[in-house]
Amino acid sequence: MQPTCITAYTATCAAGAGREALLGALRAGRGGLRANDFGREPLATWIGRVTGVEDTPLPASLSNYLSRNNRLAWLGVQQDGFHEAVLAARARYGAERVALVLGTSTACIGATEEAYSRLTPAGEFPEDLRHREVHTPNSTAEFMQRVLGLRNLAVTVGTACSSSAKAFAQGARLLELGIADAVVVGGVDSLCGSVLFGFNSLELISREPCRPFDVARNGINIGEAAAFALLERAGDGPRLAGFGESSDAHHMSAPHPAGRGARIAMTEALARAGLAAQDVGYVNLHGTATPRNDEIEAQVVAEMFPAATHASSTKGWTGHTLGAAGALEAVITLLSLESGLMPGTLNSRQFDAACGPQIRLAGASGMAVHAMSNSFGFGGSNCVLLFSARDAT
Amino acid sequence: MKIFASPQRLFVNGASVWAPRMPGWEKARAILSGREAPPEAAAARPAPQLLPPNERRRAPDSVAVALESALAACHGAQLEPSSLGCVFGSTHGDLAITDYMCTTLAATPLQVSPTRFHNSVHNAAAGYWTIGAQCTRPYTAISAGPHTFGAGLLETCAQALSSAENILFVAYDIDARGPLAAVAPSRGLLSVALIVGPQAGPHVLGSFDIGLVAQEDFEPSRAQPANAALVAGNASASGLPFMEALALGGEHRVQCLAGPGLGLVIDLHPPV
Repeated sequence: MQPTCITAYTATCAAGAGREALLGALRAGRGGLRANDFGREPLATWIGRVTGVEDTPLPASLSNYLSRNNRLAWLGVQQDGFHEAVLAARARYGAERVALVLGTSTACIGATEEAYSRLTPAGEFPEDLRHREVHTPNSTAEFMQRVLGLRNLAVTVGTACSSSAKAFAQGARLLELGIADAVVVGGVDSLCGSVLFGFNSLELISREPCRPFDVARNGINIGEAAAFALLERAGDGPRLAGFGESSDAHHMSAPHPAGRGARIAMTEALARAGLAAQDVGYVNLHGTATPRNDEIEAQVVAEMFPAATHASSTKGWTGHTLGAAGALEAVITLLSLESGLMPGTLNSRQFDAACGPQIRLAGASGMAVHAMSNSFGFGGSNCVLLFSARDAT
Repeated sequence: MKIFASPQRLFVNGASVWAPRMPGWEKARAILSGREAPPEAAAARPAPQLLPPNERRRAPDSVAVALESALAACHGAQLEPSSLGCVFGSTHGDLAITDYMCTTLAATPLQVSPTRFHNSVHNAAAGYWTIGAQCTRPYTAISAGPHTFGAGLLETCAQALSSAENILFVAYDIDARGPLAAVAPSRGLLSVALIVGPQAGPHVLGSFDIGLVAQEDFEPSRAQPANAALVAGNASASGLPFMEALALGGEHRVQCLAGPGLGLVIDLHPPV
């Protein structure tokens, strides 16, 4: 494919707001997980909560969009000069030439949950939550489009935990075909009852800080994040060199036992970029810390990559940010390419026997030229992104 | 302002509609083109043949109605479901499951059903489709609010142009339930499916050129009132004017919104 330039990017998650804070946390091995303090009756688990989301005001003209997800989106877009970069792109190309593709799994369902917990005696939503703007999957994309003043497509990708990785793929297609000249892509997911109690019902929640790929791993920690990138055909920055998308065609909530879809997605990303596995210096793994995901992903990575490839899961820093994980980990992968820090795997102590030498406990220094990020979701939706350093040939 | 024009003509190689009074493409085609009156009685909810027998009745409404049209479109086009990348679009997702989840979370959060939780994802229909079809091709599941049909059709065309292959598009919405219905309204079951590709297939229904314009006063096309009444209130009803034009055959310009002030202009032509 034609390489797509990433001219701005940012992330806000439990490990920090903005690139510098996130990179500092990754470098220092300082995780952002905390004992669950979210909601009225918190489950015994750990979460990746972003401090101060509930105190973030929205622009007054958009108060009908008030919800945790949109507050987090607004907080996230202020970091690293991202908002200004989008406004500059809008000035360069025109508002109708800048599209927005946003991945989310939660959208603003937290606001709908709250409305159900405060129904009026007549069984209606309380007045302060009676806004159409928040109770629909496209709420955050609509909010972002208005806040950024964009007039091209504003669409939500909802493919569970691959959502915001797929936003990059869709954004690249919009550029390739000339539907837009710049695309804001990203993911925003926020803590809410649906995901905490939903993953709890599937017995996929860990009571401890999550330990990706550890022999004793026992589930995920739910996290929240807002992460964005600005894609353009040319410009100064690292590049989206390829992407691969596939379906497991196996089960709604369990990965294919041989990692069929994961392998297809990684292979396609390499093929689209015209690269081989040994060209990839760093792989940010999906690595959720569920028994099945990590075992299967480790096997596929062990088969596909040479021992020299440095691979890790960063969910010990951030928790599993679900619909935002693809974009958050894309940003971490870009930070790795730009800083020379290849993160290790926080909280884990002894790796599962399925892990090959690629998966590392400790971080390392090294300027990778190409780096990959894996995202796999419920419904068997897989998306793998492949990035190249700005000076890569 | 013109934003985009498709660099080449695209083909509708398969199509279907499912609504209680338009159950399936042949019926819908006759009704939408005015050759037949709609049935008096509403058809029962479909039980998609792609699912294993024990899952057909248990499947959520959104999955049942989406898979029904998707499979009918593949059959009509004589294309293997496993061979198609797909785009699933729904304004609201499964509103019945959202109502269940929020009701349960408000009262007894520890009793959330694991099956209903994994069916609550926006890509549930797409997930069941690829599992049932044994399709490892990529799918996406999108929402663009009230403009989901237009945004989904645009993404379908983008994928068909980019991959040079047929892409399956399904747009669907179901009844809103409970207190949520007041802020996320949608009525009845509706799905529309299209198979769009860069080459004409053996059962091609039409060809088209698309353009995208930014225009604040863009006027979407309307279906004939009698046809519109059959799906009135459904959040995916904006797909009906295009399906009506396809059913009529011949030359038509169909306009639909892909976003606020963002218009998709589709010039539909006979197959060849």
